[in-house]
Amino acid sequence: MTSIAVLTVVLVLLPLGAIFAYLIYKGAGSINWAFLTQTPKPVGEPGGGMANAIVGSMVILGIASLMGVPLGIGAGIYLSEFGRNRYGDIVRFVSDVLNGVPSIVIGIVAYGLVVLRQGHFSALAGGVALAIMMVPTIARTTEQMLLLVPQAIREAAYGLGIPRWRTTLSITLRTATSGVITGVMLAFARVAGETAPLLFTAFGNQYWNWKSDQPTAALSLQIFTYAISPFDEWHRQAWAGALVLIILIVGAVAAVRFAVRHGTLAGA
Amino acid sequence: MGVGITVEHVNAFYGKTQALFDINLVFQANHATALIGPSGCGKSTFIRCLNRMHETIPDARVEGTVRIGDLSVYNGTSATQLRRRVGMVFQKANPFPTMSIYDNVASGLKLNGFRNRKQLDEVVVRSLNSAALWDEVKDHLHKKSGASLSGGQQQRLCIARALAVQPEVLLMDEPCSALDPISTGKIEDLIFQLKEQYTIVIVTHNMQQAARVAEFTGFFLLGKMIEFDKTEKVFRKPSDKRTEDYVTGRFG
Repeated sequence: MTSIAVLTVVLVLLPLGAIFAYLIYKGAGSINWAFLTQTPKPVGEPGGGMANAIVGSMVILGIASLMGVPLGIGAGIYLSEFGRNRYGDIVRFVSDVLNGVPSIVIGIVAYGLVVLRQGHFSALAGGVALAIMMVPTIARTTEQMLLLVPQAIREAAYGLGIPRWRTTLSITLRTATSGVITGVMLAFARVAGETAPLLFTAFGNQYWNWKSDQPTAALSLQIFTYAISPFDEWHRQAWAGALVLIILIVGAVAAVRFAVRHGTLAGA
Repeated sequence: MGVGITVEHVNAFYGKTQALFDINLVFQANHATALIGPSGCGKSTFIRCLNRMHETIPDARVEGTVRIGDLSVYNGTSATQLRRRVGMVFQKANPFPTMSIYDNVASGLKLNGFRNRKQLDEVVVRSLNSAALWDEVKDHLHKKSGASLSGGQQQRLCIARALAVQPEVLLMDEPCSALDPISTGKIEDLIFQLKEQYTIVIVTHNMQQAARVAEFTGFFLLGKMIEFDKTEKVFRKPSDKRTEDYVTGRFG
């Protein structure tokens, strides 16, 4: 039994390890100061980097999290605390369907919602697309985590005369915090590498852009553009970009975990 | 100070099932009253009607009148207002697991908007003292979670938490059923002291416990209150045959 368990763990970790090793092998050589601080150079000129795409990805993911996380957690709270009925079932069904919608379709939705209205591609549109993708994952994991909080904990709060909304936010949600954060990080990591929904929302940009209503570069888009190009130099940069993207995701998840662990009490 | 409780014609339901039938009874202020009876007899349902916890269960409802002091429980009082004056201790200790010991005790005040740091400190110290827990936890009030304490300590923490909102009545739903004899003894001692300031209603399976802590005892059977009298009378000279059978151990 133990050997089977160990074997499955190895099988699960093997692809991850292989991807990471291959990315380092292919990409690490191209990561240098210029790569992290400069914008892309025109074809044929050596050097240049993805600084604008790194920042762009952070901006787009920031916008997506700002919209998607509260909405997802809010929906999860509704499903667990108030949605044990037919309306809740409808929301659950819609959320599960949304989870299965291809990401490029969600890109089209954001295109219709934001790009057409604004008249141009933007970080905001990319953020909206990714936020829509985050909501169902966050909502369903939040719901599950809140359902794990024993009813006795809620009763203790009611018994103290704490109103229901206060109990939900300060007792139930707080008790489930670490699980809810796991859901948020899952959703975040999933959309961080998305390319398709950004193709016609954020669109990409070869230059610096600091405005959320202008076309914005993103690492995944830059990797895509460079990877399908015929130039060796761009291929190398695409590998480097992929490595940076993974490091950013792992770094963000680790930072949040660290912060949560240090806010937790002994024995909790 | 504790206040008296008057219960008139209380019927309680779970959906279509009736769990309590026409309960009438008066609890004396600053005394402990025990409710005894076999499992499923409605004593827990009854105690949960006194602070409107019964209605938090889907489809559950209550009919009749309950007055706690000058407060009409089912008429013109909100459940949250009422519960700040009627503390409750549950069968299984249920401290808030992610909160420190301090925050557990302060939670009732804090989450109802009370923010005065100095007064909170005083209330926490006083409540932990009243619950006979202060000496055991004073060194790690902020560092340890409520869930890190032992079972008996957790139950006393829950008592402290209930006392912190300064209720007039304390409802205890089998508070010792999950505890060892030493922890049980500590909580019984506590009930003795708390009677001076609070009206106590305690549901218990343990007849010796009822005899030890309560001046009055009510015997429940199949959702009806069979007998209510001074504890001594209920145990020594019950007037109903069914009570006698139960307290002498012939059934239940």
